[in-house]
Amino acid sequence: MKLIFERGKEGQGCTLLPECDVPERSLEIPGREKKLNLPHVSENELSRHYTELAGEVHGVNNGFYPLGSCTMKYNPKVNERAAALPGFARIHPLQGEASVQGCLEVMEQAERLLCEITGMDDMTLQPAAGAHGEFTGLLLIKAYHDSRKDEKRKKILVPDSAHGTNPASAAMAGMTVVSIPSGPDGCVDLEKLREAVGPDTAGLMLTNPNTVGLFDRNILEITAIVHEAGGLVYYDGANLNAVMGVVRPGDMGFDVVHLNLHKTFSTPHGGGGPGSGPVGCKAFLREFLPGKGVCRRENGSLQWKSYEHSVGSVKSFYGNFLVVVKALSYILTLGKEGIPEAAKNAVLNANYMMEKLKDLYPMAYHETCMHEFVMTLEKMKHEIDVSAMDIAKALLDYGIHPPTMYFPLIVHEALMIEPTETESRETLDEAIAAFREIYEKAGKDPEVLHEAPVGTYIRRPDEVQAARKPILRYEFPE
Amino acid sequence: MGSYLPNSKQEQQEMLKQIGFEDFDQLFAHIPEAVKLKELKIPSGISEMEVSEKMEALAEKNKVFRHIFRGAGAYDHYIPAIVNSVVTKEEFVTAYTPYQAEISQGLLQSIFEYQTMICELTGMEASNASVYDGATAAAEAVEMCRERKRQTVCVSATVNPEVIKVIRTYCYGSDTRVVMIGEKDGLTDPTLLREALDDTSACFYLQQPNFYGNFEDADALGAIAHEAGAKFIMGCNPIALAIMKTPAECGADIAVGEGQPLGMPLAFGGPYLGFMAATSKMVRKLPGRIVGETTDREGKRAYVLTLQAREQHIRREKASSNICSNQALCALTAGVYLSAMGAQGLEQAAKLCLSKAHYLKEQLCESGLQAKYSHPFFHEFVTTSKVPAGKILAALEEKGILGGLPLNEYEILWCATEKNTRAEMDQAAAVVKEVCGI
Repeated sequence: MKLIFERGKEGQGCTLLPECDVPERSLEIPGREKKLNLPHVSENELSRHYTELAGEVHGVNNGFYPLGSCTMKYNPKVNERAAALPGFARIHPLQGEASVQGCLEVMEQAERLLCEITGMDDMTLQPAAGAHGEFTGLLLIKAYHDSRKDEKRKKILVPDSAHGTNPASAAMAGMTVVSIPSGPDGCVDLEKLREAVGPDTAGLMLTNPNTVGLFDRNILEITAIVHEAGGLVYYDGANLNAVMGVVRPGDMGFDVVHLNLHKTFSTPHGGGGPGSGPVGCKAFLREFLPGKGVCRRENGSLQWKSYEHSVGSVKSFYGNFLVVVKALSYILTLGKEGIPEAAKNAVLNANYMMEKLKDLYPMAYHETCMHEFVMTLEKMKHEIDVSAMDIAKALLDYGIHPPTMYFPLIVHEALMIEPTETESRETLDEAIAAFREIYEKAGKDPEVLHEAPVGTYIRRPDEVQAARKPILRYEFPE
Repeated sequence: MGSYLPNSKQEQQEMLKQIGFEDFDQLFAHIPEAVKLKELKIPSGISEMEVSEKMEALAEKNKVFRHIFRGAGAYDHYIPAIVNSVVTKEEFVTAYTPYQAEISQGLLQSIFEYQTMICELTGMEASNASVYDGATAAAEAVEMCRERKRQTVCVSATVNPEVIKVIRTYCYGSDTRVVMIGEKDGLTDPTLLREALDDTSACFYLQQPNFYGNFEDADALGAIAHEAGAKFIMGCNPIALAIMKTPAECGADIAVGEGQPLGMPLAFGGPYLGFMAATSKMVRKLPGRIVGETTDREGKRAYVLTLQAREQHIRREKASSNICSNQALCALTAGVYLSAMGAQGLEQAAKLCLSKAHYLKEQLCESGLQAKYSHPFFHEFVTTSKVPAGKILAALEEKGILGGLPLNEYEILWCATEKNTRAEMDQAAAVVKEVCGI
């Protein structure tokens, strides 16, 4: 495919803006010296360019996307239409309260519904993504300890199975990371946790169900251990899709939680964002929340409220507002019955796939999984030199987006599969058949898998070369 | 109620049975009863038609202004029709981060093109794939500059207050000291900057044009920062970059900015786009995704996510940032916008902004307001008045005009873009004139 810079030619372009209807002015200070190179293409060519690019992108709309930990469920169109309404899209963030009552109501409703779903008392919609939510939640924990003059609490406990964002967020919040080993069952080792907590513990970050797709049954004990030591417990909501409407982080003893609206609440991933990572907290942390909240006046109108000991702002304005609009539309659609039903079917679909693959593909853990499961291909790698990567790449030729590879780090040659609830039994059966066929191929001739994929626009790219001699932009001919 | 579940109740039952469960209760039997929720206390689900109506009713409670003279970090620019047509393509909308390069070349190439355009705009050598918004881009840039012995950051008081707030919040996290550099007559005071900098200063952050719309003497301020061994970060308006001296030409080490003017709607504050570019020396400190060019095993040109050793999924607590999801679709939006505008179109937009803002300022000043500053400015400026700002803005609102942002009781920050017509500005001035009683 040509780059946009390799299309069109000087002199081509689109006519978009009118002539100047006021006296023309120019810059009164020295201006730009270097010539600005941007594409010069007609609208037709521009349109075709992006149509061509779109043809080489695999989205949920193109096919099955069982990418573990990412919850690639269907993105309902009615949500997109709601977010595109001029009454949302054309509102300036600094308009007066009276002229943005609808936006404030969106925020109020979303906050309230998400609080109920998570069992929290208050919520900020300001964080723009999951990792951003983690950072925000950790700032709340930091501010809480600081407010109690308990400033020696700088250690954040993170299970070794955690998402990479957890330790990275902790570091950004000025905390030291202590890794807690998982037990052989993939869950938190209670003894190790007891040994690790102490007067320097700021808190524990936990995903439940955890990153190996298992629900940690000791959860009440875990949160109690941390609380008794004076720490707070943070819920990484990456896996909430497995339990929404069934179990609430607030009832499990968590103090702070972040959600990924772009996972659990069906807003599209956009090729890597924009997402939204609201952070909920228990009442005792409310006054540390960032940004502004919304509350009702006696006359029923909505107004901004600020928090007394706010940590500040983690983003300008009020977060990725249009993403919140989409999530609200989704929650209203599903309602009290649909939310748990979605979770239950996410778990059913995962167990269905796991059950029908486990005779060929060894599973890392042998119990009922939640919304995702992890296989370990160490034996295959060792015996026939077919790696998790090879299996993943082979799936590409079946039009299936590969599972998450090599994560969590505690499982060797891991493939993590999350089908989501919006996939039909037929789709699951086709994917199961593909996995089984690939297994057979691997047994017959591993070389075939090393060659995969063969039907995609490019074959396996040379990533080492990309990192060694980075080419990060197009160079225009002199 | 809609739930987007393709499998019927009967099929669900069959699937449960096939894998050895009687019902869903049994499937969830391993979850302790003590934590199970009895009832989710939210309203019952509704049909698509009902939810559509509900969302429309909410949207109608907002007032959509046809005439906008307010900026302050969110700008009302013309969005070409092609932009919406491209960025609503479902392949782009529903894809994840392009981890699997073989089936993501379209997305990866669009990011590579975006990176190139950001490099062109800023003059810098390398760009990342985006961060959340301009304010977080500023905060991330500040974090990039911290070194073991350099742990304080200097920020000009003329920076957008929203940005300052976010920098402060990130610095609270990393225990970094923030030193504000005072202003003098709407510009950063170079003497105060010189006094504040020492061998513990990591960087100096400047906004160009600044919050009041004034052009700063960026080269000179940057040189002062460099003399003290601090890095120089410039936050820039991307439309102004078509005509103003680039951050690279001003000697900046990192250039960041709010990309919303590049084709994104006002959207009550988001999603927006944080762009970030740096000198090649600082590439490995950049946060977030970066796309690089390489070849596949048959020698064909290919694009991949690269330099991932900086990122959280590899480096965990030693990563350059925790960022994972960024604003990919917004970066695509900017790419399409810049391609549609071209260099000439963007320059035209910038000149229209400049000319219209100057015209608006003159008209308002003839209508009873006073200009607070007399420096060269881009598309924003501050006025003072004897009449309370609230009164002026209320009168404008009655005519369907969103006036400038009140900074305090008597000062207003105005903005004009290519969208504002002469007639519209004359009308606004007439309203102001009436309120001011001249």
